[in-house]
Amino acid sequence: MSADLVEFTVDGRVVRAERGVCLAAAMMNAGIVAFRVSVGGEARGPLCGMGICFECRVTVSGVPHQRACLIACEPGLTVETGAAG
Amino acid sequence: MSRTVETDVAVVGAGPAGLAAAARAAEQGACVTLIDQAWAPGGQIWRRRPGAGEPRAARGWMARVVAAGVQRLAVAEVIDGDLDAAPAIGLTVVTRGEIIHLRARTVVLATGARELFLPFPGWTLPNVLGAAGLQALIKGGLAVRGRRVVLAGSGPLLLPVASTLARAGARLAIVAEQTPPASLRAFVRSLWRSPAHLAAAMAMRGGFAGTPYRAGTWVTRADGDGRIQQVTLTDGARTWRESCDLLACGYGLVPSTELARLLGCALSRAGITVDNAQRTSVDRVFAAGECTGIGGAPLSVVEGEIAGLAAARVAVVPRVLAARRSAERAFAARVADAFALRDELRALALPDTIICRCEDVRRGALDDAHEARDARLHARLGMGACQGRVCGAALEVLRGWEPGAARPPVFPAPLAALAEPNRPRA
Repeated sequence: MSADLVEFTVDGRVVRAERGVCLAAAMMNAGIVAFRVSVGGEARGPLCGMGICFECRVTVSGVPHQRACLIACEPGLTVETGAAG
Repeated sequence: MSRTVETDVAVVGAGPAGLAAAARAAEQGACVTLIDQAWAPGGQIWRRRPGAGEPRAARGWMARVVAAGVQRLAVAEVIDGDLDAAPAIGLTVVTRGEIIHLRARTVVLATGARELFLPFPGWTLPNVLGAAGLQALIKGGLAVRGRRVVLAGSGPLLLPVASTLARAGARLAIVAEQTPPASLRAFVRSLWRSPAHLAAAMAMRGGFAGTPYRAGTWVTRADGDGRIQQVTLTDGARTWRESCDLLACGYGLVPSTELARLLGCALSRAGITVDNAQRTSVDRVFAAGECTGIGGAPLSVVEGEIAGLAAARVAVVPRVLAARRSAERAFAARVADAFALRDELRALALPDTIICRCEDVRRGALDDAHEARDARLHARLGMGACQGRVCGAALEVLRGWEPGAARPPVFPAPLAALAEPNRPRA
């Protein structure tokens, strides 16, 4: 099982996950609860898990507003949390 | 980057209804393109954990889709539809940064359903998720072993979620079902008429036998510092708190109808309106599965089969399929009655409780509004990234507001997709 681990970074920190795991799940497994900051300044994390609510959006390899629940973990991704709005 | 693809039948959505429709149409010889938001087919209900096999019900349909030569576009979303491209129906699809202009003779909408969330104080805290939402993330690889979880909301969906949580090693404190105990008992007694559903329900209840499943119980608030730590529950007489790492709370499902509304299909409160052959009110546009009304995977499959055959121009609805559809719809109606939402849920949000999570619009800012349009103009309700998918459904329940018109793009899209020519809609 451990043979199929992929490695990527979230806010500069290395995170490992099994291949095929969705990014939102991998981030939560790594202890991350705040994915973005709301327009009023609140921390938000995943709600719907299926691409509807947009609460889990993060910047993935430079592309902003990506829904972490719809993205599969891939080696070398650079993920940034905390985008406002 | 964009290209044009011609197809006979475009099927939007690859859950039970979409897979069945695609397979049935392709087996009639039609060229079928299946548009799937996910990277693996199956929709939400047939979604698998990494490394796990498909559920048995799914395996046959996935094999038939492949054998029949269906073209599947993965990680793809339809952002716009165009009826002015006659005789074709135009769909604008965004997939992995590429834009595909799909030109189809017929379209089957199998856009499924999503969870109904009702606002309560603290529902925006991290680690407060939907029930289906938590299930989806566990299937996506979320580890819940040893974590204390409260599961709440309403409907038969709570059973498989509870069973998944228990199997995954979560410490499930309670399953709180809002419907009164008498309604739940009457529903359980009626299940003898649906032996397959009864067997499934019993197996799932057995899966979390160590946890109380309490009817007539609901969440009133969540509290915590930067994430949920405590949830308050009530049964109307007694109110108590449970500490937890995760709260999963969902009030059943609502149909996803943005694309149908964009195409001008007639809708009712239940979902997209369809006739005996699963035809919508728009010529050559069909719909199947939970976007036409919530009814579970078996109903979605049979509706998908009928829609797929009709979209491939099979004139007669096979009698055996029509009979199966009737039986499943009767079951769906019993479920809807048994899990009707109690009025107390409509009064949980306080004046400072956020209703629209995208724009942080609080309940107090909506108290003087009379319809969704008012609230959009004056308070930016539903103007954010989710385009009102979460707050719109909630306000239909809380205030009886009709959802606003759907506008393209129905999912946020790269600018290049919006700047494309050939978009007759102003």
